[in-house]
Amino acid sequence: MSNQQKHWEKTRSLLFITLAIWFVFSIGIFLFGAEMNEVTGPFGYPWTYWFTCQGSLGAFVILIFWFANRQEKIDEEFGFSEREDE
Amino acid sequence: MKGNFIDNLPKVYGIYTGGFIGFIIIMAIAEQMGMTAKAIGIAFVAFTVFIYALIGWLSRTAQADAYYVAGRQVPTVFNGMATAADWMSGASFVAMAGGIYFKGYGYMALLVGWTGGYVLVASLLAPYLRKFGCYTVPDFIGTRYGGNLARFSAVVVLTVASFTYVTAQINATGTIASVALDIPFQYAVYIGLISILLCSMLGGMRGVTWTQVAQYIVLIIAYLLPVFWISNKMGAGFFPHFMLADEVARIGELEQQFGFVKNAAADLKTVPKGLAGITKAHSAVNATPWAFISLALAMMMGTASLPHVMMRYFTTPSVKAARKSVGWSLFFIFLLYSSAPMLATLSKLSLIDPNLPTGIIGKSIAEVQAIDWYQNWNQANLMFVSDFNGNGTLELNEFFMGGKAVVLATPEIAGLPYVISGLVAAGGMAAAMSTADGLILAIANAISHDVYYKIIDPKAETAKRLLVARVLLVVIGFAGATIAAMEIQGILGSVIWAFDFAMSGLFFPLVLGVWWKRANRQGAIAGMLGGLAAGTWYLVWVRTGGSGFLGITQLTFGIFGSAVSFVLMVVVSLMTAEPDKATQKMVDDVRVPSGKTILGKSH
Repeated sequence: MSNQQKHWEKTRSLLFITLAIWFVFSIGIFLFGAEMNEVTGPFGYPWTYWFTCQGSLGAFVILIFWFANRQEKIDEEFGFSEREDE
Repeated sequence: MKGNFIDNLPKVYGIYTGGFIGFIIIMAIAEQMGMTAKAIGIAFVAFTVFIYALIGWLSRTAQADAYYVAGRQVPTVFNGMATAADWMSGASFVAMAGGIYFKGYGYMALLVGWTGGYVLVASLLAPYLRKFGCYTVPDFIGTRYGGNLARFSAVVVLTVASFTYVTAQINATGTIASVALDIPFQYAVYIGLISILLCSMLGGMRGVTWTQVAQYIVLIIAYLLPVFWISNKMGAGFFPHFMLADEVARIGELEQQFGFVKNAAADLKTVPKGLAGITKAHSAVNATPWAFISLALAMMMGTASLPHVMMRYFTTPSVKAARKSVGWSLFFIFLLYSSAPMLATLSKLSLIDPNLPTGIIGKSIAEVQAIDWYQNWNQANLMFVSDFNGNGTLELNEFFMGGKAVVLATPEIAGLPYVISGLVAAGGMAAAMSTADGLILAIANAISHDVYYKIIDPKAETAKRLLVARVLLVVIGFAGATIAAMEIQGILGSVIWAFDFAMSGLFFPLVLGVWWKRANRQGAIAGMLGGLAAGTWYLVWVRTGGSGFLGITQLTFGIFGSAVSFVLMVVVSLMTAEPDKATQKMVDDVRVPSGKTILGKSH
């Protein structure tokens, strides 16, 4: 397998992990919205309500930065990072 | 100042922010000295629009890559701010808190959808399209799949989606200008339009980028300052995001106490159009999982298909910067979106809690009708009370408000000085203008670059291309304003439709263009046109009395459209020949961040 193929394979697994986490916070937890809302969560808000106001939104911000850092590491590993002067 | 403009950005915008805060303080002092509310409103809108126009003029350019992609040198964080302003429209600023106020949980699917979509943007598309080096989204489709028909189909989808969106934004600009400047809506729409064009016409993407950063700063100050102030003033805590749990619980208690009484149809007929009462629980789960998830999913896929967002990531200096920039965009959006539910909570509690001095439920109708702010907003057609049961006391089901009033009127209800209302008007104007600019530019660029230059006259000189681009900008702006002046569809409705149109036609052709090498021209054309047609058919069918299926409504028709698009694209691609070697190599190159872009610096 060429360098490029290996790079793409790693990139693809990172995508799947990212999308799996995304799925949990955007879709997964809302399958159980009614049940989860009975429980008190962060700062005293009901759990589901808190996720829709802050939790999921914040998770997405963190997820994107995490993804960007991981992808940069993958690019470096295979020598595909961009030079600053490009 | 030494060095070039880009190096000095933090300093330039630091001074700008300081200047704006100084302006707010001057206005506050002027208010104490007797400046009228109307004069303050005019000063806020006129001052900020003047600054944007000045930035637009300073950013004028005659170069194609500056006009189309701001010279690809916008730093990560600043591009994040510009995207946030581009993204947060009049709907986010003016209507979102209102939607949450009236509809609660079911509506908050939009919060999740309009943020979660950025994960798709960052992981599936933005870095790859940046590597491609295209000027517009159809530029990517046209080069990846090849052929004028594919390029043209992408322009069609882009135009349908963005135009639906832009009429709503010009409408919002007009609404705010008409309130702040106190002129009829039909004229205010065109004043709004001229302000929008001042930012984009001379500098194209470069002008829009630097005005959007300035607009973000205005809109975020205008949104957060009142929220923190009101929260503090109500004694709910100085940091509402962490401290409103008791208030949310208290609203639940009051809902139990008052109950949701259903009004008779004859009574509801007397309520002015567009106003609504509180009929849904504030924090309880009031929608089925599918209703919530389908709306969130449609908004997420729509986010990843809307060209005016995607093209912001064409302006970063590198692929790496494009990825990070998506994170910053969402961070800046998060600041406002996480505050909207807090504003809705504060607004609702201050109106319905009889223990608070501002509470009106339980007071006598005559007393409420004598309140100054009630009279103001009643006159603006945004508030209404009526004694349906004839007991002389205002009940929860007898109080009606327009969605916009939550953002526009809450500062006044909470007793904040008028300078805050002027600030909020300037913020709403900034939000609507920045989005309208991005959208009009996306359409005009697609038509001038992809239809005029790439299809009609590939030999055109740069000067002529940019002239065509600017003429189109004005024509599209006026077309949008003319339709906006007719007030056909509400602001929020048309915004949601735009997402559905975009995802119906563009989501899979874009994503599969990068992630599936086998996708070919025939498949992409079938996916774009078939998806758009299917989505449009579903919308028309449901609007004309069709029952719909699978719980897909007129707000989520993109789920049907994109499913059709996906199936058509895969089936047609597999039935026809695979893309040639050169195209496959191009896809391989797109997947590698380093090296030259696929399309040249100037093309």
